Amino acid sequence: MSEEGSKKREEKPRTLVAPGDLLARGEYKILTPTTVQRRGDSYYALVVGLATVDDEAKTIKLIPLQGPYYPSVDDLVIGIVRSIGLTSWEVDIRAPSPAILYASDYLGRPVNPARESLSDYLDVGDVIIAKIQVFDRTRDPLITTRGKGLGKVTTGAVVEISPVKVPRVIGKKGSMQSVLEGETGCRLVVGRNGRIVVNCPNKDLEEIVVLAIRKIEAEAHTTGLTDRIKEFILTEKVRRGLIGGR
Amino acid sequence: MGGKGEKPKLIMEDGKRHDGRLPDELRPIKMEIGVLKNADGSAYVEFGKTRVVAAVYGPREAQPKHIASPYRAVLRCRYHMAPFSTDERKSPAPSRREIELSKVIREALEPVVMTEMFPRTSIDIFIEVISADGGTRTTSVTAASLALADAGIPMKDLVAAVAVGKADGVLVLDIDQVEDNYGEADMPVAAAPSLNEITLLQLNGVLSMNEFKEGLSLALKGIGEIYKIQKETLKNKYLQVEGE
Repeated sequence: MSEEGSKKREEKPRTLVAPGDLLARGEYKILTPTTVQRRGDSYYALVVGLATVDDEAKTIKLIPLQGPYYPSVDDLVIGIVRSIGLTSWEVDIRAPSPAILYASDYLGRPVNPARESLSDYLDVGDVIIAKIQVFDRTRDPLITTRGKGLGKVTTGAVVEISPVKVPRVIGKKGSMQSVLEGETGCRLVVGRNGRIVVNCPNKDLEEIVVLAIRKIEAEAHTTGLTDRIKEFILTEKVRRGLIGGR
Repeated sequence: MGGKGEKPKLIMEDGKRHDGRLPDELRPIKMEIGVLKNADGSAYVEFGKTRVVAAVYGPREAQPKHIASPYRAVLRCRYHMAPFSTDERKSPAPSRREIELSKVIREALEPVVMTEMFPRTSIDIFIEVISADGGTRTTSVTAASLALADAGIPMKDLVAAVAVGKADGVLVLDIDQVEDNYGEADMPVAAAPSLNEITLLQLNGVLSMNEFKEGLSLALKGIGEIYKIQKETLKNKYLQVEGE
């Protein structure tokens, strides 16, 4: 594994593991229960990913490099309306089953299907920002658009990435996202399901942000990525004549 | 596929096999993952002239809906041989043998896949044998397990498989078509090494108790080698990106 970039932060060494790899023995706390399994006093990897075993804090973390999106309550997701019912929409959130959005939730008032058609408000193909309200094994996920920043998306572009790379786009305490936003002046809404809505001042910056997101996705498992993204945005800006050339 | 015609010599005077391998030697192995763009996970595995592509879709909405379970994902598997994979054209319709192998392969993978993490969904595995030269079921298990890992589906372990046979009275590892047709026994074994579990064990032909024990340990030794290649293949995909 490359060592560059890991000097300044107190980053623990990360190792690339595959399913069935032994991570540690003893008493540890599993920080990512969906990717690590305890058998007896041993801890095994369940996916291909980057494992961090902290022997002082006694914690194990394994970030997958691939994987599906599986909804959990309170996730911010970006959905695309798939079909329209009488009192609800079916929304594709890249989960195994479509999410349900009730018209009364979206409109904030009761609806009478005899008087109005839901396609007047949200049509097939419309993009919405929503939160998962209820989800368990007995039902399809129910999403809500009530809340700050939620609702229909009217401007911008949607970028799709692998859902497991989402934490990398956000970064530690939002560091990567603030680099992307700060360097380009775009606004990002990052959905847990791997869809990102980007709103940019102009087309050039939008292209740069999309390329940068793609770069993060491709190099998510490498270290020192934030700095490289900063550099990447800068060179792209110069290349497009947005800055420099003075 | 039965042993027709005159029986060739399977073990030469120097103790080597008809293709020049030692009795405990595997065929040249090649593995690749992410070979299909549309699948969530995919793998290509080659054992000598046996070539198999596996594709994994899911976890996705179970179709038809009544097969879905509220407790776990349903694992489905289709093993299929391409019409051009054999000497004589194979009818593309699923045969009795293919239906059985689909079930056997599925059951070899079920113990390792964490299906309980994805209730009400299905995980579909499609296995296509492109070229058949013996050991297609074991190659298929190996490929399917790689494809599942490539799809990022949580698994307790990878499953690797290999067949042990008896040719001219000698136990041989990773038998090919000729050894299968004219040999005395064929025993495919699949195992999850770090889980320490055998997930598939079949035996066609006759082996004595001692031969069986010896054959099983020979198979597990081969599985250990295949397992190592599987892990390397999975990790290499990322090391390459990093090296750029």
